[in-house]
This record gives sequence, structure tokens and C-alpha cells, in this order.
Amino acid sequence: MRALETILTEKGYVEPAALDAIIEAYETKIGPHNGARVVAKAWTDPAFKQALLEDGSKAIGTLGHVSRVGDHLVVVENTPQRHNMVVCTLCSCYPWEMLGLPPVWYKAAPYRSRAVKDPRGVLADFGVTLPKKIEIRVWDSTAETRFLVLPMRPEGTEGWSEEQLAELVTRDSMIGTGFPKTPGAPS
Amino acid sequence: MNGVHDMGGMDGFGKVEPEPNEPMFHADWESRVLAMVRAMGAAGAFNIDTSRYYRETLPPDVYLSSSYYKKWFLGLEEMLIEKGYLTREEVAAGHAMQPAKPLKHGKFDLANVERVMVRGKFARPAPAPAKFAIGDRVRAKNIHPATHTRLPRYVRGHVGVVELNHGCHVFPDTAAMERGENPQWLYTVVFEGRDLWGADGDPNSKVSIDAFEPYLDPA
Repeated sequence: MRALETILTEKGYVEPAALDAIIEAYETKIGPHNGARVVAKAWTDPAFKQALLEDGSKAIGTLGHVSRVGDHLVVVENTPQRHNMVVCTLCSCYPWEMLGLPPVWYKAAPYRSRAVKDPRGVLADFGVTLPKKIEIRVWDSTAETRFLVLPMRPEGTEGWSEEQLAELVTRDSMIGTGFPKTPGAPS
Repeated sequence: MNGVHDMGGMDGFGKVEPEPNEPMFHADWESRVLAMVRAMGAAGAFNIDTSRYYRETLPPDVYLSSSYYKKWFLGLEEMLIEKGYLTREEVAAGHAMQPAKPLKHGKFDLANVERVMVRGKFARPAPAPAKFAIGDRVRAKNIHPATHTRLPRYVRGHVGVVELNHGCHVFPDTAAMERGENPQWLYTVVFEGRDLWGADGDPNSKVSIDAFEPYLDPA
């Protein structure tokens, strides 16, 4: 792989320092903390939540503290009746700016093959049991739209600040393969 | 193309195994490959659909046995060779031997880094009114193009309902083959699990795809 970078550099296509800067940006600027801030704000601000569900990219664009988000972000809300889960069966489409780079399992064959056919079985692999009466909705990211799950706010968090709530929001809860942390439970 | 990348509904790959405290990269070379793909794409050597197509055209045994970034590396190398940015001799030698082919957006340098950290825009002006409305029943076409498509096999021939209209977007099927952006209406189409998988499906599940208008017929 180093040989390829050498060739690209010698031919004047790329500057190695620019590659370093891309990697540094991925390592420091993007990650699930961005999505967690958005979710926590939606839990505390009904007007923001409504705007978020109507146009995810536009609503997140109004938050100065979250890294800039691209177009076509769709936020889907979990309810007591419906649980959402996101997959990309064809490759690895994932809301990078909100969640960072996807984990290996998200890009690997077991998840991509089974999420659409046996979503409850996949959730069981994560230790998540969803009652049969709750509808499960799988979003296959087959285009340039990106999906972020808005999980349900945990009980027992009345009066919590956005910052406190954001600590409960896990990456997997925003993919739909997990739930937010429960207040007081060991993390 | 009906490749092994189109995995939705396949059996036999085993359990999902999340890695606790997974690092962002498992080796330094993975991050270099990611950065090279982003940089060369931003410099105009290829579009995102073409890069997906080259990963899909890896031989099935290579695709299934290679790590994610290994696939990115193999796809990138082959694509740059076929597009004339590198030669096989250069790859074998590990050094540049031929003059560079000019890049559409020029050399990727530090000034370009911020640009790649925000997703590209894929919406385009509509060339024609949308054929389908929210709530319409549509059937995914039974098509099997040998080239790139984003219509997964597991929905072909099945009936679903239009749930969202995302506007007109670049059409991957033509963009990947460098036959133009050819913007098409893009819809979220939702299918009942039982319609897709029959009695083996979860009776309380739904699956949606984002489908370009040419993938759909009225039902």
C-alpha cells in the first residue's frame, strides 16, 4: 500500500501532508459525539426535534457546535411502536459526520446479509431483545441519503441537561442495534 | 451487477461480532488507503459510484476474503490503472515511470482537505416531473444489469409503497460507468418483510430501500 502512495506522490497527484491531514480530521473531528449532541438536543427541544425529523441536514446545520453535515441526512424516530435499524447491504453507507467511520461489523457480511431478512436475530447478536409486538423497520442505505436513528429518551432523566443526556447516547443506539445507556447503570 | 457485494438476504455468514473498544483503524496502512481514496476522488480521478463499481468487480473470492480497506486498496489501484493515472509497470516497480495524467481538479494538497470532510451534493434539478407520489404502490423492476446498480436483488419483482421523495439525484447506474449524471427521482420505498421473504420473514418487520425512478414500475 505504501508503494501506491509513493507513486501517487511522485506523479504529483497527492501531497502526503494532505493525506495526514485527512486522517487527523477523521480521528479528531468526526465521531458519535456529534450524533449524541444532536439526539440530546432533540430530547430536550421539541421544536428542534420537529425540524430534525422534517429535514435532518437543515436542522443540524443550525447547530454551530456540530461538525458540518452534508445533504440528505434523514433522521428516523424510534417510538414505543416502532424500532428503526440502519444497514447498507450493498457496501457501507453510513452517516460519517454524525457517527464517525463505521465499525468493522457494519461493513462485514454477517450484518449486511442478515439485517434485512432476520433483523430480530441480528439484534439478538447485540444482546438486544425487541418484543414481537414492536414493529422493526430496516432502512437499507442504497443511495446517497444517510439515516440516523433518534432513539427514545431513557426514563429517569427528567430535568437532565443536554450534556448529561448526550453521555447516554451510544453509537449503536443511533444505528438501531442498541439502546441508549440507562441512568445509573455501569457504562 | 449480480455480485457477491449484493448481500441482502444471503445466509451462512454467521453471527454479527462487534469488537469491544474497536479502534478507528486496525493498522496504519488502512488510514493511508482511506485518505488516498478520498484524495484521488476529490482531485477528480473518479466519482463515488465508479469507486463502488470497482470494488464490486473484484473477483468474488477476493471480495469475500479481503478486509474492508484491502478491498478499497485493490479497487483504487485497478481503477487508477484503467483510468490511465498509473501503469501496471509502475505498480510493479513501486515508482513513477510515466508522465502524470492531469487531474480534473488538480493536485490534492492541504488546501483541499476541508472540502473532503463534508459530503458531496448529489441533488440535481429535475429534468421531468416525478412519476410517483407518496403512498403509491410500486413494483421493483426485475432487472439484472451486468454493470453497476443500486437496486438490490432481494427487492426485485416485489411490490412496495413510496414513503419519501428525496428529489432528483445523480443516477449511480450511469455515473458509475461514466455515462453522465442522468439525474433521476429518488424515493424511499418500503416493503413488508413477509412480501420479501414469504413465511420465513418476520411478520412485524418492514424494509425500505432508496430507489431511483428507473428501478420502479407502477403496481
